[in-house]
Amino acid sequence: MSARWETEGLQTVGIVCLVFMFLKLMHLLGLIDITETDSSDSDLELSQVRHQPEGLDQLQTQTKFTKKELQSLYRGFKTECPSGLVDEETFKMIYSQFFPQGDATTYAHFLFNAFDLDRNGSIRFEDFVIGLSVLLRGTVTEKLNWAFNLYDINKDGYITKEEMLLIMQSIYDMMGRYTYPMVKDEAPSEHVEKFFQKMDRNRDGVVTIDEFIETCQKDENIMSSMQLFENVI
Amino acid sequence: MAAGVAAWLPFARAAAIGWMPVANCPMPVAPRDHSKRQDELIILNVSGRRFQTWRTTLDRYPDTLLGSSEKEFFYNEEAKEYFFDRDPEAFRSVLNFYRTGKLHYPRAECIQAYDEELSFFGIIPEIIGDCCYEEYKDRKRENAERLQDDQEDKKDFKPPNMTFRETIWRAFENPHTSTMALVFYYVTGFFIAISVLTNVVETVPCGSTSQKDISCGQRYTVAFFCMDTACVMIFTVEYLLRLFAAPSRYLFMRSVMSIIDVVAIFPYYIGLVMTDNEDVSGAFVTLRVFRVFRIFKFSRHSQGLRILGYTLKSCASELGFLLFSLTMAIIIFATVMFYAEKGSSSTKFTSIPASFWYTIVTMTTLGYGDMVPKTIAGKIFGSICSLSGVLVIALPVPVIVSNFSRIYHQNQRADKRRAQKVQKARLARIRIAKKGSSNAYLQTKRNGLLNELLDLTASEEEQQHLNKTKSLLESQHHHLLHCLEKTTGHDFVDEQLFEQNCLEGALQPYRSRTPSTSSLEGMTGTCCSRRTKRSVPLPIANAPASHAHPLALTHTLPKSPGLQELSAINIQCAEKQIHSSSRSNLNMQTNEVDRRNCKQQKVTTAIISIQTANTGSPAEDGGHGLPNRGASVVTTTSSNIIKVSAL
Repeated sequence: MSARWETEGLQTVGIVCLVFMFLKLMHLLGLIDITETDSSDSDLELSQVRHQPEGLDQLQTQTKFTKKELQSLYRGFKTECPSGLVDEETFKMIYSQFFPQGDATTYAHFLFNAFDLDRNGSIRFEDFVIGLSVLLRGTVTEKLNWAFNLYDINKDGYITKEEMLLIMQSIYDMMGRYTYPMVKDEAPSEHVEKFFQKMDRNRDGVVTIDEFIETCQKDENIMSSMQLFENVI
Repeated sequence: MAAGVAAWLPFARAAAIGWMPVANCPMPVAPRDHSKRQDELIILNVSGRRFQTWRTTLDRYPDTLLGSSEKEFFYNEEAKEYFFDRDPEAFRSVLNFYRTGKLHYPRAECIQAYDEELSFFGIIPEIIGDCCYEEYKDRKRENAERLQDDQEDKKDFKPPNMTFRETIWRAFENPHTSTMALVFYYVTGFFIAISVLTNVVETVPCGSTSQKDISCGQRYTVAFFCMDTACVMIFTVEYLLRLFAAPSRYLFMRSVMSIIDVVAIFPYYIGLVMTDNEDVSGAFVTLRVFRVFRIFKFSRHSQGLRILGYTLKSCASELGFLLFSLTMAIIIFATVMFYAEKGSSSTKFTSIPASFWYTIVTMTTLGYGDMVPKTIAGKIFGSICSLSGVLVIALPVPVIVSNFSRIYHQNQRADKRRAQKVQKARLARIRIAKKGSSNAYLQTKRNGLLNELLDLTASEEEQQHLNKTKSLLESQHHHLLHCLEKTTGHDFVDEQLFEQNCLEGALQPYRSRTPSTSSLEGMTGTCCSRRTKRSVPLPIANAPASHAHPLALTHTLPKSPGLQELSAINIQCAEKQIHSSSRSNLNMQTNEVDRRNCKQQKVTTAIISIQTANTGSPAEDGGHGLPNRGASVVTTTSSNIIKVSAL
């Protein structure tokens, strides 16, 4: 009796299997549409945004470079960043290549913020060229303004000791480990102290733009070194 | 420095203005760009195909042919272009290297031709990008192996002074070397064939006496026995000879071929020993089956068999997977069939292992028909079984086949470890090239210091000689690094020197005092005292020739060597400055004022150091001691120079 049950039971199972496989085959062939929620994976992956710079003539009016200089600058820019935009990571990578012994990423971060005028996270060719124009062809006051802007991390018009310490630390980071004499941990803060002693006239703990420009104009070392990179391009 | 990044050097230099207000020292003078020419197009005519590019693109790599002045040799005056009589196709990738900084290997190119082009243009192949490097290395290795094979074929000469043992081994391994070896080779092959044939014919029924058929072996026992003996004789002699000649007997005995030999001749000897006992001899008759292994001895004679065996061995994982999946399917279907057929009467599916046979026969689509399901359920599952059998067997087979061909082409590439080592070497080389840029800067500093000391009395030509190898790009980059040094007041040094300084600082308490005092001075005073103090250890430690010298120099002197030299040379320098003529004015305009101011401090450091040096030898001894030391680059000019530069 039980044997018969077994056989019949297995028979049923066999037939059920067959029917199931048949249905699956029909579904695969597309003859039957078993309603399943079909997730449409139509994610149009937007390719990288491309940016075209403004025309040569416009840039010529905005900066102090000649046409040929702009052309050669753009060629170099475009080779390194084909999309026309430099994001922070690429910028850090490029800048770090000039300082193989140390870690230039922190300073590159501050530089990036100084160049990225509209704070949108990427440097366009216009920002790049305008910044360069100030640095290379600008008046001493403009250059000092630019430097102040670099040091003033939160762009509030005052350089505090904390901001200066961050900048100083990043500069010392670029030196790396193997220096003579060895960079002590207090070196940046001592340097910041000296800087503030020189710059902060009214001893209020912050350096304003006027104090900064005034002090720098009185220091001949700084004035002479500002002229150093006149003929870079 | 990477190529594309060279375009950003002006930017990095301009951004250095950010350091200026922070710096305490004046900045060094920037290198002047003498060639104020505009960026111009260069025409490169390579066998008629004209390539054009900017001059600055080619200048990115000054140590290659196109980047250096070596290309002037190829300049064609009339056409105002550079003509190269080379392959334009390969030149494309060379020029793209300048443009993008990445070197690619074109797959259609022959590896040797490509290598020649690269070496002509002075580019090292190691900088091929990761995308193409594996292909390049594979092709190169294939080529090298092919050449090696060709050479081995040509190598038929017998190296002299081979012992008897080595001769025999060589004869066994390469039958083509001598006639005797060839004869032996064919003789053994013949006897293997004979032996296999006799084994086969032995079992054929020939003739019938009384009612039953007897095999030939039982009829002509003596003849077959003699044949067998002869073959085994030959095989034994061969085995013993090989054993004698093998360079490493233990390895030989472990090898597959020798095991096959042993297994082939063993049964005969056992049969000889065990002739009498009837019960046991029955069991040993089965040993005769091992005689069939003699056929494997053919693999020594056939290259194809060997490769087949090797590839089967290396496909082991895929075969294993096939076997495993088959086993799973067999067990499942056998179980199902057994329970399905349990109900029917007089069924052949008596147990699950009994059903295994049915499942295997069905899945491999053999279908003998000795076991057939009778119930409906059995028939359903039986058909499912045969359908799935086709799939389960058909699917892994192409995988194995493709693996086969891959491994076959890849053979002798069993050392992936070698590839990893090559990759490591390549990365190390690239790392060294990168480090080279920082080392280049340090080297330039040393050269620059030698320059300073030399330029007081040396001639212009020698200066030029030391400067000529630096390109404009490099000098600008070094100027940038120099500015950073000035800003922070610390200097870049070599790793070795850094370790040395650490050690020196840790070992001698006396010595550690002076650096700290002088550094204290440096902190409060201008950077110049530190500068001149710094100028001394570097030239001491780094003789222009090699790095091995510094340790030698510092250790040959008895006590507090560095300080002694320090003091002596400081004084020498001081003297130099007093005699300084207008020459120094030309170069170091901005620093001159500071130098004059610092003279006081220089002398004080010298005095301090002499006091703590307990040998009590004054500066004169140090001065006398100096000329005895090793020579330096410039020894031709006045004696003053010798003393100073014998650093």
